[in-house]
Amino acid sequence: MATPIKFREIEGWGPGYLALLAGLGLLVLSGLAAAWFMEHNGHYVTGMNNQIVWGMPHVFAVFLIVAASGALNVASIASVFGKTPYKPLSRLSGLLALTLLAGGLAVLVLDLGRPDRLIVAMTTYNFKSVFAWNIYLYTGFFAVVAVYLWVQMERRMNRYTTVAGWVAFLWRLVLTTGTGSIFGFLVAREAYDAAVMGPLFIAMSFSFGLAIFLLVLMLTYGGTGRPLGDRILKRMGTLLAVFVAAVLYFTAVQHLTNLYAAEHIGVERFILLEGGVYTSLFWWGQVVLGGLVPLALLLLPRFAGSRASIALASILVVLGGLVQVYVIIIGGQAYPLVLFPGMEVASSFMDGEAATYLPSLYEIGLGVSGIAMALLMVALAVKVLPFLPASLADAAIDPHHTRTATTEPAAAGA
Amino acid sequence: MRALVLLFVLLVVPAAAGAQEGRASGPVIPKGKGTQCVAETDYMRRFHMIELTHQRDETVHRGIRTERYSLKECVECHASVGTDGTPISINAPGQFCASCHDYAAVTIDCFQCHASKPDGSDQAGLARSLAVAAGMETVR
Amino acid sequence: MSEFDWKRRHFMSAAAAAAGVVLAPGVTLYGIAAKAREADVPVTSETRWGLLIDVNRCSDGCDACVSACNEENGIEGHGRPATDAQWIRKVQLRDPRTGIEKHFPVMCQHCAEPPCVDVCPTGASFKRADGIVLVDKHICIGCRYCMMACPYKARSFIHENVSEQRPYAPRGKGTVESCTMCVHRVDAGAVPACVEACGERGNGAMLFGDLNDPDSEISQRIATYATRRIRADLGVDPGVWYQNL
Ligand code: HEC
Ligand code: HEC
Ligand code: HEC
Repeated sequence: MATPIKFREIEGWGPGYLALLAGLGLLVLSGLAAAWFMEHNGHYVTGMNNQIVWGMPHVFAVFLIVAASGALNVASIASVFGKTPYKPLSRLSGLLALTLLAGGLAVLVLDLGRPDRLIVAMTTYNFKSVFAWNIYLYTGFFAVVAVYLWVQMERRMNRYTTVAGWVAFLWRLVLTTGTGSIFGFLVAREAYDAAVMGPLFIAMSFSFGLAIFLLVLMLTYGGTGRPLGDRILKRMGTLLAVFVAAVLYFTAVQHLTNLYAAEHIGVERFILLEGGVYTSLFWWGQVVLGGLVPLALLLLPRFAGSRASIALASILVVLGGLVQVYVIIIGGQAYPLVLFPGMEVASSFMDGEAATYLPSLYEIGLGVSGIAMALLMVALAVKVLPFLPASLADAAIDPHHTRTATTEPAAAGA
Repeated sequence: MRALVLLFVLLVVPAAAGAQEGRASGPVIPKGKGTQCVAETDYMRRFHMIELTHQRDETVHRGIRTERYSLKECVECHASVGTDGTPISINAPGQFCASCHDYAAVTIDCFQCHASKPDGSDQAGLARSLAVAAGMETVR
Repeated sequence: MSEFDWKRRHFMSAAAAAAGVVLAPGVTLYGIAAKAREADVPVTSETRWGLLIDVNRCSDGCDACVSACNEENGIEGHGRPATDAQWIRKVQLRDPRTGIEKHFPVMCQHCAEPPCVDVCPTGASFKRADGIVLVDKHICIGCRYCMMACPYKARSFIHENVSEQRPYAPRGKGTVESCTMCVHRVDAGAVPACVEACGERGNGAMLFGDLNDPDSEISQRIATYATRRIRADLGVDPGVWYQNL
């Protein structure tokens, strides 16, 4: 702990910053307009129907909620596992966790059939429902992370950072398990009935959260011209590789255990072989683009460590993550419910048929606005509060590494 | 919870009641069928929302189907008929429910789902079914 | 308050309604009046309403139950099969080994352990004491988690504005709904519309009754004949039984 880290607000109202705010604001507004249009006309204007009851908004919402708890990871590494180099990053990590969760929840709420009854959702609980537990988990997460940020930012409270860090860490594990359980509890849906859903969601959260964190970090430091060291980036890149591998591993476990259970063979055939768009999305989108390519970019000596490859890998992890959530949520519903095992079924209500789903622009707009909301909040927060260290040059954040030559200036710039 | 609602209403009611006193300046409320409401008029003005919510829960969750505070019955008595003989929605502008609510700036969503016009055929249909049910007791 | 005599005013209309019933030729309300619950008495778990459907009697092409349900509850499609509500549907089942085909209606199975009720965040999905599974549309927020949880695909989300509702069957955009076992009729002592129509215009394949009463016809038939329930392996204890399935 040689030099204390200096945190600074972003200064100035440069045209770049204003353009960013305007762009994000526009996305948010169009998302709100889309939500209003969906509510006003009813959900028939979307691609959702009585077969695919959760559509694109849920894909984005679940992705964001899962990523939110993962974004907190960087802070946990610093406070819980005592890794000093991550310490300067923990404020941004906490901030991202809050905003991503807020963005995700906003999308979830705006997609309700009756968003006007939000007050009902918050005052009437069915304590048996996983959904209701999640409402507590989310509210608690906001509180816990807010306190965690506060003890970090308020000097007098700094000594509680480790305790707060632990609480936040445990809370987020429970939260992600809770999100995974929303699906795990659906006994009737062949695709979700697996114990591995919890761990899989935790691995996903680690990976998506860190990828988003890396992108935001590189963007803000690139945009403000503050120094950002290679070493810390590289460390996080390697960590991302570990998480991506973990997601691939748990995905394999998920499908292999399902293949082992005779009654789930049908849904596995659907996702892995015969599901058309879902099969392609699974193999090409989730496994190749969202898994294998990022791994190669992060680990192969040819690419490893370069900023471009870390950035590209992070983008692919985010896109692959969206695809993965899409395959889980939409693919899992597209596979018909089995009412009569071993029989051929037909009805006017599309029994026995794979459901079709074509997301509408409105749903996508609403989903994207969740991401925009989160980023907009970050952009504003770093402006008014000291979330970002003035310098993340290697020498500035980890004195043990000063011996390794670094060309970056250690002073604050902007 | 109920106490809270009551308290809230008691705070707001002076405003609503005030609106009633000066009829000239207040809303014009179409008159209901018959001579009196299901409770004293003054009580209805102030507390109809509480009775409706209570009735709602009693009916939906406990299967209690008394008529007194049933929303269906409010519509039966309070919906008007147009000059051409067709019923008018009870919640249309100027009609019974809307007359006050527009004045008091209250919005209700009840008639997104609930029929806002009386339906005479309803009674006859169910009565016939009851008769059939009597016959069905032993058949099939 | 209590001195207010609102009943005297109401006496007229009640008498008029009763007269309407007597008018139905050859039947009196007597028999059921004994059975029907008084309007101010809550339902209890002494009764568990259920259905028994004889698949052998149900024929292909007959949709008496479906049309009666739509008529009774005011369910009108908008010509959009993917989003239009269906409370009851005719399912065609074919055994790939034998080629034998069967036809029968499937609706909410009114489970004793309903997954929709377990997952509902607000408690809008609930099971009434007499076993009828309902949505309290006043507190439904339209999250559709119940539709994800239902093993029977029994629920529909109302995807667009509804008008011309039946006074006794309110429905509206943004909430989830399903077969109510015609709760408004059952409360009045009648049988569900589908059962009535099946008896009158169909093949008499449906029977409605009290599963808790060992002497009821439905309990007797279940005790006598081989019956089964759909996906009974899930342990949800459905209230709809099928004979010859
Ligand atoms: C989303 C649809 C929906 C909305 C909105 C709605 N209801 Fe209902 N309501 C229902 C349904 C469904 C029933 C059950 C009908 C039955 O079982 O007979 C019902 C029943 C009732 C009943 C008991 C039956 C009756 O006619 O007396 C009352 C009272 C009632 N609602 C009051 C209200 C009030 C007051 C509002 C507005 C604040 C409202 N409802 C809004 C769907 C709705
Ligand atoms: C039998 C017919 C009848 C039924 C049923 C009925 N009302 Fe009335 N209601 C009346 C009449 C008649 C009046 C006018 C009484 C008066 O002028 O003193 C009235 C007056 C009212 C008023 C006061 C209006 C004013 O002029 O200030 C309200 C509010 C009201 N009713 C609400 C309801 C509600 C809510 C329901 C359903 C729970 C209902 N009524 C059911 C007949 C009925
Ligand atoms: C005499 C005027 C008057 C009439 C007529 C009237 N209301 Fe109201 N109503 C009010 C006022 C005033 C409030 C607001 C009271 C408050 O906020 O506490 C209200 C509130 C309500 C509420 C609660 C709304 C909320 O969001 O809290 C419901 C439900 C309601 N009315 C239903 C009805 C129905 C249904 C009718 C027609 C059958 C009706 N009212 C007719 C004056 C009236």
